Amino acid sequence: MKAARRHVAIGALCGFLALSACDATALSEDEKAKIASLSIDALGPVPPAPGNRFADDPRAADFGRLLFFDEGLSESGTISCATCHIPDQQFQDGRPRGFGTDETDRRTMPLEGAAWNIWQFWDGRRDSLWAQALTPLEDLREHAGNRTAHVRYIAEAHADSYAEIFGALPDISGIPENASPVGGETERANWDAMTPTQKDGVNRVFANIGKAIAAFERTLIPTETRFDRFARAVAAGSEQTGDAAFSDLELEGLRLFIGKANCLECHNGPRFTDDHFHNTGVPPVAGLPEDLGRAAGIVAVQSDPFNCLGRYSDAMPDACDALRFMKRDATAMERAYKTPSLRGVAGRPPYMHAGQIATLEAVIDHYSSAPAAASGQSEIRGVVFTDRGRQALIAFLNTLDTTPVSDP
Amino acid sequence: MPFQDKTGSRRFVLASVGLLMAVAAIYAAYRLFTPPAPEIDVAYNTVSRDGFYQVMFETEAQPIPVHETHDWVVTITTPDGTPVNDASISIDGGMPAHGHGLPTEPQMAEALGDGQYRVEGMRFNMGGHWEIRIGISADPGLDEAVFNLDL
Ligand code: HEC
Ligand code: HEC
Ligand SMILES: [Cu+2]
Repeated sequence: MKAARRHVAIGALCGFLALSACDATALSEDEKAKIASLSIDALGPVPPAPGNRFADDPRAADFGRLLFFDEGLSESGTISCATCHIPDQQFQDGRPRGFGTDETDRRTMPLEGAAWNIWQFWDGRRDSLWAQALTPLEDLREHAGNRTAHVRYIAEAHADSYAEIFGALPDISGIPENASPVGGETERANWDAMTPTQKDGVNRVFANIGKAIAAFERTLIPTETRFDRFARAVAAGSEQTGDAAFSDLELEGLRLFIGKANCLECHNGPRFTDDHFHNTGVPPVAGLPEDLGRAAGIVAVQSDPFNCLGRYSDAMPDACDALRFMKRDATAMERAYKTPSLRGVAGRPPYMHAGQIATLEAVIDHYSSAPAAASGQSEIRGVVFTDRGRQALIAFLNTLDTTPVSDP
Repeated sequence: MPFQDKTGSRRFVLASVGLLMAVAAIYAAYRLFTPPAPEIDVAYNTVSRDGFYQVMFETEAQPIPVHETHDWVVTITTPDGTPVNDASISIDGGMPAHGHGLPTEPQMAEALGDGQYRVEGMRFNMGGHWEIRIGISADPGLDEAVFNLDL
């Protein structure tokens, strides 16, 4: 009904104004609304993090920044978060798969805007930034540390900063040097030998490391792009000047993106993501262990002791919306991965959850050929692109790069 | 502005009318030969499939938000308007054109009395046409109400 009425209205308008107002370059109201929905101006403030009561404490953010770059939080003393999340590369590393002490199975994700995520990781196996940060710290191919070693390091190197924010450290005199419930055999045996009070004390400090890092990550906000300046001019109804002016090709690409190419189905909102998981038929990498994507993430996030409902979370259970209403249907989520943001995408090849696709050209080819999924069901319905259409989409994606405002 | 004689402007008016009529005719033909848009019920008030219930819903935020987990209040009455208070309801749905379901599993949170029920965890992750099915089990029988939303 609504659409039909709009149709008539546009028809009438074209009739009355004859040729002038109906030239192909004028944006329709519907297109303008979609453009506005993608603009950075539509991005609200960083959403609250109910599980982390230090999330907006500036001292925690400062301490978190320190820890983010602190190689002391690794077994070898050479790896920090910034080893893979490199600040001047959009906090990612440009490799197909992240590399710490060894190569991981997944592509390193950029961090600007991660504070808006509902789920963390490609498979959403963590439900907050602070719970996420704890995972690489104990991963053998990343920081390769373990829980008691990290806590002992905090006590040794940062006791004062820690105490100022979180209160006094617990007594760690009797705890083993290397112990963790998720480590190797020795670490697990050492962990089992600890008293419940010791374990709880260590877990609490460990969780606070994550909470400080999360407070820092909340300051990494998406930066304005050429597209945002274009969108602002469109919204204001003013002429696009300087680098806010789009070329014919860029405009054509934008129209494809929000129209016929269906990209907006998943890459929507100001972060260009729907915060959900989709099987898009990206093939697995030969030689890597089986990867079920979100189907495995659903199970993992529920059993994570540091999730929103866990004892180290500061949230009331009621506030844990993401977990409470999580879609639990694992079969529908087989090889589904989180829709990545496309802000800055042209500047960070290779693409997809394990760096399977090398260039944007090849990404467009993927959406065009829409291969069947290795397992599960791909949601992509192939779109036929002309050569010009491909170029246009890529030209548009390039306007999402974070370039500083250029002088007109 | 250059002076224009009467005949000139008259000719211009006639030509414009002609052009308008032509455009209107083309548009009418276009409307005639394109199939009408399918009639979709967008009212948030409907009768359940087997006619047991009149079902209505309101959302916490208007217009219905995309990208925001929010609550609905569903009101259920019998066709003659008597509130149905003992119902248990389930929510399901998806986008028929895209072949996927809801991104969340919404739940009935509480009965508010007067035939009203609060549903939590509603979320839409894209604009477009959604179908929401509300399953109702109460004394009059098992039935389902279907809503079509265009977001
Ligand atoms: C060895 C490289 C490496 C190190 C070190 C590393 N990461 Fe990552 N990071 C990755 C990879 C790879 C992924 C995606 C992994 C996956 O989905 O399984 C990722 C994902 C993330 C995400 C999820 C972003 C999103 O959009 O879902 C966040 C946040 C993050 N890392 C923060 C950190 C923090 C904080 C640290 C330090 C405590 C850290 N990372 C250390 C490689 C690394
Ligand atoms: C059905 C949802 C869906 C649609 C439609 C969709 N995408 Fe994606 N997109 C995704 C998901 C999910 C991924 C990550 C897939 C993976 O890693 O397995 C992705 C990845 C990408 C990437 C790589 C980003 C990165 O950081 O690795 C680009 C670029 C991209 N999409 C562009 C597009 C364009 C352009 C269109 C329209 C032609 C489009 N997408 C349509 C869901 C979608
Ligand atoms: Cu859809």
